[in-house]
Amino acid sequence: MFERSTDQDVFVETTRKFLEAECPSPKLRELGRTDAGFEPDFWRQGAELGWTSLVVPEEKGGGSVSGSPVLDLTLLAWEFGVHAAPGPLSPTNLVAAALGRWGTEEQHDGPLASILAGESIGTWALFEPPPADGLGQVELQAENIEGDIVLTGTKSPVESALQADHILVTARHNGGLSHFLVPKDAAGLTITPLRGIDMTRRFASVRFDDVRVSTDAVVGEVGKGQSAMEWLIDLAVVIELAEMVGAMQWGFDTTLQWSFDRFSFGRPLASYQEIKHRFADMKTWLEASYAIADAAARALEGNADNRSVVVSAGKSYVGRRGGELLQDCVQLHGGIGVTFDHDLHLFLRRATTNIPLYGSPAQHAARVTRSLEAKGDVR
Amino acid sequence: MTEPLVSERTAEMEDVEAFGARARSWLAENMPRADPSAGGDFIRQHSDEEELTRVARCRELQRMLYDGGLAGICVPREYGGQGLTPAHQVVLNREIVGYDYPVETQIPTFTPCMAVILEFGTEEQKRLHIPAILKGEEIWMQFLSEPSGGSDVAGAQTTAIRDGEEWVMNGSKIWTTGAWWADWGLCLARTNWDVPKHRGLSVFMLRIHQPGIEVHRIEMLNGSREFCQEFITDVRIPDADRIGGVDDGWTVGTRWMYHERTVSGGSAYVTRPTGQRQGPANADWASRMIRVARQNGHLEDDRVREMIGETYADDLVGEALTSWITRKIRTAELSDQAAAIIRLYGGMNAVRHATVGFEVAGNSAVAWSPEDHGEIGMSYIIRQQACIGGGTTEMSRNVISERVLGMPREQTRDKDIPFRDVPRSAPHR
Repeated sequence: MFERSTDQDVFVETTRKFLEAECPSPKLRELGRTDAGFEPDFWRQGAELGWTSLVVPEEKGGGSVSGSPVLDLTLLAWEFGVHAAPGPLSPTNLVAAALGRWGTEEQHDGPLASILAGESIGTWALFEPPPADGLGQVELQAENIEGDIVLTGTKSPVESALQADHILVTARHNGGLSHFLVPKDAAGLTITPLRGIDMTRRFASVRFDDVRVSTDAVVGEVGKGQSAMEWLIDLAVVIELAEMVGAMQWGFDTTLQWSFDRFSFGRPLASYQEIKHRFADMKTWLEASYAIADAAARALEGNADNRSVVVSAGKSYVGRRGGELLQDCVQLHGGIGVTFDHDLHLFLRRATTNIPLYGSPAQHAARVTRSLEAKGDVR
Repeated sequence: MTEPLVSERTAEMEDVEAFGARARSWLAENMPRADPSAGGDFIRQHSDEEELTRVARCRELQRMLYDGGLAGICVPREYGGQGLTPAHQVVLNREIVGYDYPVETQIPTFTPCMAVILEFGTEEQKRLHIPAILKGEEIWMQFLSEPSGGSDVAGAQTTAIRDGEEWVMNGSKIWTTGAWWADWGLCLARTNWDVPKHRGLSVFMLRIHQPGIEVHRIEMLNGSREFCQEFITDVRIPDADRIGGVDDGWTVGTRWMYHERTVSGGSAYVTRPTGQRQGPANADWASRMIRVARQNGHLEDDRVREMIGETYADDLVGEALTSWITRKIRTAELSDQAAAIIRLYGGMNAVRHATVGFEVAGNSAVAWSPEDHGEIGMSYIIRQQACIGGGTTEMSRNVISERVLGMPREQTRDKDIPFRDVPRSAPHR
């Protein structure tokens, strides 16, 4: 587990008790059959526990637990991973962080306040359908027309788009990138649900047909949204990593226990050297994943020079090893591991969903190389 | 030599910042800058003359550090050290970045060898050897592995038989890096064949260059001749050079292994500039791959770009993992056996680097012109060394599963019977 201060302990324990009570695995299966995948009341209670406000400064209505907002958020994301918890954790926090950093006063009083209270949901629409699905590739156009801004293009997949009240859109604009906060009921917006592998997280495709917003919708400086996008990608990845490590931990612990309990040929599985060596590898991947997830969060928190390289290194590594670790857990369970009744798939689904989102391991590896080329050597 | 009293020492202990300032200015005035092209790694193609020159230089540099009050930061002052703390060593590691220093003679001299002497040596042994080590006068090697088996260290067959105030040693040790230019060996030997294997061992300090010890240099498949095998024939060792109790060598051995494992996590006895890594996964690896790929015209190939980024990512993960595990061991959240996680990661990571290098270099990895990067092919050919030397990765996996995860131990056939009766490999060589 990540290192914690006493304040963080209290925060984590409260959240853990709440999640254990509210989302045992039968409940997750039940939510799996619903459109939204979570209940609004559950999210409001989570907001009361601090789930939406960690990465928003106090003067904007938020507040971290420990003074290290990103680390606080990773602790929360880890709990989401180890419980395969429902709810728009990442999308809401990304929008809250963006509004907290770059939003106007009106945006703080309206959308942000409501997101912080758990009354409304935000999501970030960044990725676009192929062939515009490169990491950070943005083709959706924003044009200035008669003092307003008109958005045209498609974003997909967008997490919780049907449940969201506010969609933060990254668009090509004024020769660069701009971010806009678009309300869900804007004219010209078509949201089509997608099917997905996660039990409770929902994704949709969002089409913008001449969606007209006023300049009040701009978040941050027009045409200068590139670095904001990079920062938000880094935050998204840091959340993903912590959540994946949590899901990996659940799979690892459960499978290790299974290897002690399950006998074949008169011996526990745990006594076979082949099995032991597999666990040694998995333990190494797990600890390495913790280490780089923690290093990535700290690099982002401290805004280190090589922040994006460390974050991308994390996605490259955990993206490769996380999926393999959980698939190996399935393999070591044998037949029961591929049934719906066993809980393992809930965690496999959670970790796997995070692998391509906000940049695949391969895309992040390429981002590392780009950065090495640009700087000669990042050290 | 006059030594201040303990209480005065404590009161006077230099605070970390003052130490850092002193180290910075002393290094700037006295220490030569490092040659950035030097590897810090003897497993490269050097002539013997170049290597001996460098060893002599390392001794001089060590002596300079000693005279400058920067040797043996965590070694008590009565043995010539500074009597400071690991935090001071961390500061020195930071300040020494960019300077030449005795990089090649840190390990195994300072740890595990010096660490073992400090922990188990008699007062006399410590006063004799520790200052000599800190002055660069003694370079130590581990006489540990034997040709009969690498991983089963406690199965040592090199034998010492008591003869009055002396011991007579016969046998063979292997995989000692640089024994041909080193001075002393820390040697694990069997002193009793009639008890179970862990209960019949003793540890000796052995002068390497003496009659009866023949140092043979092993040629590795990449042409390196760094590793040695020693043939020990009727060598007489004074009992005063025994470390730890008779037949109690495994008590020493256990700590010896522990100190060896601390190497990867950054031992407080070892000076290593911050950010410098071991093995082929060095800081320049990715930039070098980028250069090679650019030369070959493959740098725009997505797969090549991904492989390069991935290996660099894996290096950063390795660094993060090392400090992560080291911290957890320090806080007792994990047992010190968890160092095997770092070893397993390091081995697999180095293997991956060699493979990526080989793929990126393409044809030029197997046939190259003199000005080309031929060592990439050779690194690949000797790739598995990273998973063998210092304990195989199979052993690490046993340690992790058994000692860290508590899974059942492998069956052995050597417990509770006299070592004499334990089945052994037929001798070879």
